[in-house]
Amino acid sequence: MRRAAEDNAPLSFSPEHLSSLRSGGQTEEQPLSGAPSTMRHTDAQPGLEQDDNWGETTTAVTGTSEHSLSQEDIVRITKDMEDSVGVDCRRYLGLTLAGALGLLVFLTPLAFLALPHLLWPERLKACGTACEGLFISVAFKLLILLLAVWALFFRPARAGLPRLFVFRALLMVLVLLFVVSYWLFYGVRILDSQDENYHGIVQYAVSLVDALLFIHYLAIVLLELRQLQASFCVCVTRSTDGEIRHYNLGQLSIQRAALAILENYYRDFPVHNPALLTASKSRAAKHLAGLKVYNVDGPGNNGAGQSRAMIAAAARRRDTSHNELYYEEADHERRVRKRRARLVVAVEEAFTHIKRMQEEEQKKAPGEVMDPREAAQAIFPSMARALQKYLRTTRQQHCHTMESIQQHLAFCITNNMTPKAFLESYLTPGPTLQYGRERWLARHWTLVSEDAVTSGLKEGSIFLLKCIDFSLVVTTKRIPYIKLSEEFIDPKSHKFVLRLQSETSV
Amino acid sequence: MSFIPGQPVTAVVQRIEICKLRQGDNLILGFSIGGGMDQDPGQNPFSEDKTDKGIYVTRVTKGGPAEDAGLMMGDKIMQVNGWDMTMVTHDQARKRLTKKNEDVVRLLVTRKSLEDAVRHSMIQNQAQHQI
Repeated sequence: MRRAAEDNAPLSFSPEHLSSLRSGGQTEEQPLSGAPSTMRHTDAQPGLEQDDNWGETTTAVTGTSEHSLSQEDIVRITKDMEDSVGVDCRRYLGLTLAGALGLLVFLTPLAFLALPHLLWPERLKACGTACEGLFISVAFKLLILLLAVWALFFRPARAGLPRLFVFRALLMVLVLLFVVSYWLFYGVRILDSQDENYHGIVQYAVSLVDALLFIHYLAIVLLELRQLQASFCVCVTRSTDGEIRHYNLGQLSIQRAALAILENYYRDFPVHNPALLTASKSRAAKHLAGLKVYNVDGPGNNGAGQSRAMIAAAARRRDTSHNELYYEEADHERRVRKRRARLVVAVEEAFTHIKRMQEEEQKKAPGEVMDPREAAQAIFPSMARALQKYLRTTRQQHCHTMESIQQHLAFCITNNMTPKAFLESYLTPGPTLQYGRERWLARHWTLVSEDAVTSGLKEGSIFLLKCIDFSLVVTTKRIPYIKLSEEFIDPKSHKFVLRLQSETSV
Repeated sequence: MSFIPGQPVTAVVQRIEICKLRQGDNLILGFSIGGGMDQDPGQNPFSEDKTDKGIYVTRVTKGGPAEDAGLMMGDKIMQVNGWDMTMVTHDQARKRLTKKNEDVVRLLVTRKSLEDAVRHSMIQNQAQHQI
C-alpha cells in the first residue's frame, strides 16, 4: 500500500538514505492508529537527533518524547551558561594559590643555599667534600619532591565540590606555616648574623627538604590512603524508578562521598528513561478523577475536609484498575517478546549477508569491496524496521539515533562480533555511560544535606543528590565490626559410618 | 514402646506360634524383618520411637504361615523361642529365626493396638467396679 505522505511531507534525512530505505521493503500495515495529518508535521524537525522515522518512510510520532527532550535541552543550556562563570573563578583562585605556594616551597631551599654566596661571599668558609655531597642530596630530594607533587596534585580535577576541601586546605596551611617558620629562623639567625659556617647552612636546607618530603607523605596518607579502608555501606536509591545500589566507602566527608557515588552512578545505574514513568502517573490521576465534591451545607471552604472525603470515597469505591494493570502488563510483555523475536531473526539474517574478505581475495575482486561503514549502511535497512519497532515498544527510541546505530553496527562488523553481541546494547537499557554524551543530561548535581557537607559520614546520615529530572537518595550504614575466630579440624577426624535399614525375609 | 534406660522394658505381648513351611530345601516363615542394633532406627516406618533399634515385621506374605498364625505388619518381635530380640543385630535376628533344626518358632510380639486394648479394658473395669 503506497503511502501518500511520501510525496508531500518534508523528511529530514538525505536522499540516499531515502533510496536505501525504499529498497528495504515497505509492505506492512499502516502505522499507529489514529494518525491525523497534523501529527505528521512534527516529523519534519531539523536536526538528525530528532529523526525517528528511519525505519518506515512515514510514521506518526507521539509528541511527548520529542517535546520533553527539547525542554530539557533548554534548561541544560541555560544552567551551563550561568554556572560556568562562578565555578571557574573559584577553581582558578584555588589553582593560583596552590601554584604560588608550590613555587615558594620549591625555591626556598635553593634560596637558602644561594643567598650566602650572594650576600657575604668573601666571609664564607669553603665548602668541603661532605658539604658538596649534601648538594647532590638536596638536588635529588628536590627532584623526588617535584615528581611526587606532580603525581599527587597535578591531575585534572574530577569535579567542583561545593565547599572547601578541608584536608587539602589544612595541608596548604601547614606547609605555609612550616616554610614561614623556616624563613624566620633563617632570617634571624643566619642572614642577620651573617653566619660563615656554610656547611651548617647546607645542612639546614637539607633538613627543610626532608621535612617537606615528610609533609608530602602526610598528604598521601590523609588524602588518598585514609578512605581506602571501607567502613560505611551507602544505599543509593533513584527517586523516579527505585533502582537501588549499594557501595562500600571509607571515611569520607559528605561531599567527597557524594562525588564517589556519582562516579559510580554513571557506570552502574541503567539510564534514566522518563518515557517509562508516564504509565503510573496516568493511573494515579485516574484514581481520583471520577469524584467531585459538592458542599451541601453552605459556602465554606473546608479544603482539608474535602480532600479527606475524596480520599475516603476513592478508597471505598470498587475500582478495577488493578485488573487493567495486570492485563496491560501481560499484553505488553507478550508484544515485547514477539517484537524481540522478529528483531533477533532479522539481525541474524542481515549479518549473514556480510562476509569478511581475506587479503588474497581482496586483490582478485576489487569491484565490490566495502569498508565497514559502507557495509553497515548496506545491511542496515533490512533490520531497521524491526529494530525501530522494538525500540518503540520498549520506549527506548529516543536514546538511539540512526547515526549511532549505524556506527555501532560498523563497529561490530569491524570487530567480528556476532549478531547477539550487536543486539545486547539495544535489548536491555545499559548504564548512562553507554549512550552518547547528550544523553548524560545531568552534569550539574546539587547536594542537599542537613549536616555540613564537609563533615564526615556517620551512621544514619542521609543526603540527596538532585539533578533536573530525578534525585538520588543516599542513606549510610556502618559496616559492622566483624569478630573472626579460628577453628582447627584435624584432617584425620573425618570419619564416616554406613547406616542402613535392610530387610530380610525369613 | 519407648524404653527408659536402666529400667526393665515392659510391654503387652501376644504369643504367636508359627510352624515353618518346607519349600524345597528351605524352611520359611513367610514374613520379613527389619531393624536391629546395627541398623539406622530413624528409617523404620513402624516404630513409634525413632531411636528404637528393635526387630520389626516389615512384610507378611499372603497365605504364608506367619499370616495364618496372626502375625501382622508392624509388630515388634520381643522374643523368639525364649531368646531376646530387643538388643540384637539384624544378622543375629535372622539366624535365630532360621535355625534349621527348629520346625516351630514361638514369638512374643507387641503392637500398639494391644496396649490400647488393655488400657481400654482396664478403664472399663474401673468404671464397672465403681458402679
